[in-house]
Amino acid sequence: MIQIQCPNCGPRDETEFHYGGQAHVAYPENPDALSDEEWARYLFYRENTKGQYAERWSHSGGCRKWFNAIRDTVTYRISAVYPAGAPRPDIASTQAETNNAAAGGTK
Amino acid sequence: MAELTLVESNATSDLSALRRSPAAHLAELFEGASVEGERGVGLREIPFQTMVGLRVTQASDAAQRLEKVLGTLLPDAHGRVTAESGRSVLWLGPDEFLVVTDEDHSQLTRALTEALQADHGSVVDLSANRTTFELIGPSAREVLEKGCPLDLHPRVFKEGTAVNTNIGHVPVILWKTAPESYRIYPRSSFADYLGRWLADAMGEFAALDQFAVLETP
Repeated sequence: MIQIQCPNCGPRDETEFHYGGQAHVAYPENPDALSDEEWARYLFYRENTKGQYAERWSHSGGCRKWFNAIRDTVTYRISAVYPAGAPRPDIASTQAETNNAAAGGTK
Repeated sequence: MAELTLVESNATSDLSALRRSPAAHLAELFEGASVEGERGVGLREIPFQTMVGLRVTQASDAAQRLEKVLGTLLPDAHGRVTAESGRSVLWLGPDEFLVVTDEDHSQLTRALTEALQADHGSVVDLSANRTTFELIGPSAREVLEKGCPLDLHPRVFKEGTAVNTNIGHVPVILWKTAPESYRIYPRSSFADYLGRWLADAMGEFAALDQFAVLETP
């Protein structure tokens, strides 16, 4: 079981959360101007990163709020948790603070 | 048509008499499952509590008007509960709160709705959304620990804390009202399942009790 650090509720079991896929996928500025292929690319194409991956999570079994997390897709260690809408943090600089906050866990 | 009108007016004159709480049919089961003594645990339903859901931004003008009507501040962090003269306000999210009280639900909802005015937010009477279970006794924590993923040890889960969590896979609000007393708020449609789940989880302690009786010469 992974524990995820909810920004509002603190560390909770993974089962209380819902996964929301890749973070920072911007809605196209003018969807009408896109070709079918470009629209499909926006809707369905996601990165398949091995390593640090920024993704969206929702604490559906708790405060019901969305937030972003950076998770290592190999180790499952969550190295940063930050508000939805905030820019992706630089992992090297956030590593030290989040170590204290018990972010991430073991599988 | 005249007959229909007659039936309606009779029904509305005393609707409260027609209410049936979501776990009313389990009262006997709860009574039978409750155990006295050192390792005892008791379960009962507290029906028809008034619950009003609030959505409002903390510290906004609207929040301050709601606080004035409530007579207490909105809780400002996870797990917190504020209370004033029989009214408790539970923190459910950064902008979501639940008022729990015994007073009349329509009057309170009306007063809060008026206080919100046209501001961004909502006041909804959720009294029929959930029912209340009360689990008390020295073994209450052990019963909950069979199906709750939270750390319920008193050094972590302190008296006066209320949180959203799961018990037996059912989403509930869990509120520790006293060192050995918990209030559990499942949604009405889950009350039957959770009630039976809790009664089943309590069985172990009844069995121990009988065992102790058998052992005494």
